[in-house]
Amino acid sequence: MNVVALVKYVPSPQGTPQLGPDNLLVRSGVEGALDPGDEYALEAALQIAEASGGEVLAVSMGPDDALAGVQRALAMGAHKGVLITDEGLRGADTLVTARVLAAAISRAPFDLIIGGVESTDGYTGTLPATVAELLGLPSATFARKVEVSGADLRTERQTETGYDVVTCPIPAVVTVTSGANEPRYPTLKGIMSAKTKPVERLSASDLGLSAEATTASQGIVAVAEAPAKAGGEVINASDDAASRIADMLAEAKVI
Amino acid sequence: MIWVYADVSEAGASPAALELLTKARELGGDVAAVALGPGANAASAELGLHGASTVYVSDDAVFSDSVGQPAAHVLAALVAEHSPELVLFSTSYDSRDVAGRLQAKTGSTLMSNASDVLALDRARTEILGGTKIVDVELRGPSPHIVLVRPKSFVAEPSGGTATVVQVAAEVPDELRAARRVERHAESASGPKLEDAKVVVSGGRGLQDPSNFSMLDELAAAIGDAAVGASRAAVDAGWVPYSYQIGQTGKTVKPEIYLAVGISGATQHIVGMKGAKRIIAINKDADAPIFGLADLGVIGDLFEVIPALTAEVRARRGL
Repeated sequence: MNVVALVKYVPSPQGTPQLGPDNLLVRSGVEGALDPGDEYALEAALQIAEASGGEVLAVSMGPDDALAGVQRALAMGAHKGVLITDEGLRGADTLVTARVLAAAISRAPFDLIIGGVESTDGYTGTLPATVAELLGLPSATFARKVEVSGADLRTERQTETGYDVVTCPIPAVVTVTSGANEPRYPTLKGIMSAKTKPVERLSASDLGLSAEATTASQGIVAVAEAPAKAGGEVINASDDAASRIADMLAEAKVI
Repeated sequence: MIWVYADVSEAGASPAALELLTKARELGGDVAAVALGPGANAASAELGLHGASTVYVSDDAVFSDSVGQPAAHVLAALVAEHSPELVLFSTSYDSRDVAGRLQAKTGSTLMSNASDVLALDRARTEILGGTKIVDVELRGPSPHIVLVRPKSFVAEPSGGTATVVQVAAEVPDELRAARRVERHAESASGPKLEDAKVVVSGGRGLQDPSNFSMLDELAAAIGDAAVGASRAAVDAGWVPYSYQIGQTGKTVKPEIYLAVGISGATQHIVGMKGAKRIIAINKDADAPIFGLADLGVIGDLFEVIPALTAEVRARRGL
């Protein structure tokens, strides 16, 4: 089974992201990483491809720096990558991004598309459903568990109160939650072989997308600092902490 | 015209739908709601009471038995017929699927995680870990699609009644492919996370899943308290995803939020900074959570929590 993994290179979650003068997130020249949420998607994709003797294609959109994210995916075990880089895609909204990813994915046959539930930087949480709709596919989203048997998927869909079992024929789009599996660390061998694996570099026009189809329809028009919270009191555990906390609970009338 | 896509179940309309209707009313103009799935007709009175002049409903089980596609299909047909300028969704799992698909069908722009809606073409959100508040202008084809975090507004009834319009569930078979075949509710004793007056939340500092029982005991001693977790604890597989509080996960606004062994990553803060009082216990004096806490305790949670549980029990005469 050939699996497409949606991957995104994001500013390092441990760093301090910044807005540029154009009110867009600064993505170039900052320390970045493969989105931690995507590692669960990749792990799920690798397991499914390995069990069926298929390949994993890592598809990403982003600036030149995002090549590092694709290479991380290759180091984890993905077989090949596609990176779409285009100055015209800076500030893309989710519709533009979904169009680009759908166009890139549909260039070759596939059985399954797997992504994380949302990115760590934008956290919109709707992109995979939009990709599914553009490709005319069903989707089994928010999966904490994914199993494949023959041409059918069985997933455990996270709900507000527990989980649902959702079944779905392939091809389909699946998103997996954080904690769905244990993403593997790239081995030294994996890191070395990643450098020899094929990565196709494309622009929006290579995908046949017009300037109109790749123009974002939203933008930040005002930025304000969030009001700083007045500093509270910090004490040591030895300062009768339990009693102080209980005082605050009593003040709030919850005990 | 503003529409609210209301999550409904046999239990009624979701609280978030009533919050969105209250906001939509405030923005002015005609407000309608769309409710699809079992419980929709029963929920229509409440939706009308909160500001919907019209509620488009179908009780058909296809909307809950199949994921995403049937609701998006029927919603898109209604949108094409009535041309709302803005459709508001909550950020629930089901709503995210429907909104994402609607975007592909209408070619509209979509904004998620909004904390406020300012106009038909403008919404507000907090980014960079809640340090910046940004207003986003929405352009392009109607309707603009905005997903709003739960508890962004307080639901208030308008006293209105809605005209209820039955919608035919004309859903082709190929759009019923992703099927919900089993439902499992994980039993949790005590109040729900979103409703509890006190939330006791655990993070990586708990070191081991079994230590969450300490938090369960504290929550039980307090009474109206629920146990939550940071993403780190959920990612580690210690507690289910349904415990997660943060950017990914639930938003809570309790009277007291007790962060236990949680460093305060931006991802977590987004989901809990609306709490009235925040108490943090962490052994690392530099943990960012202390910048947010009304009361910070630097020290060993394995000493503080059992002592606190004993203190609360003593004060409540348990």
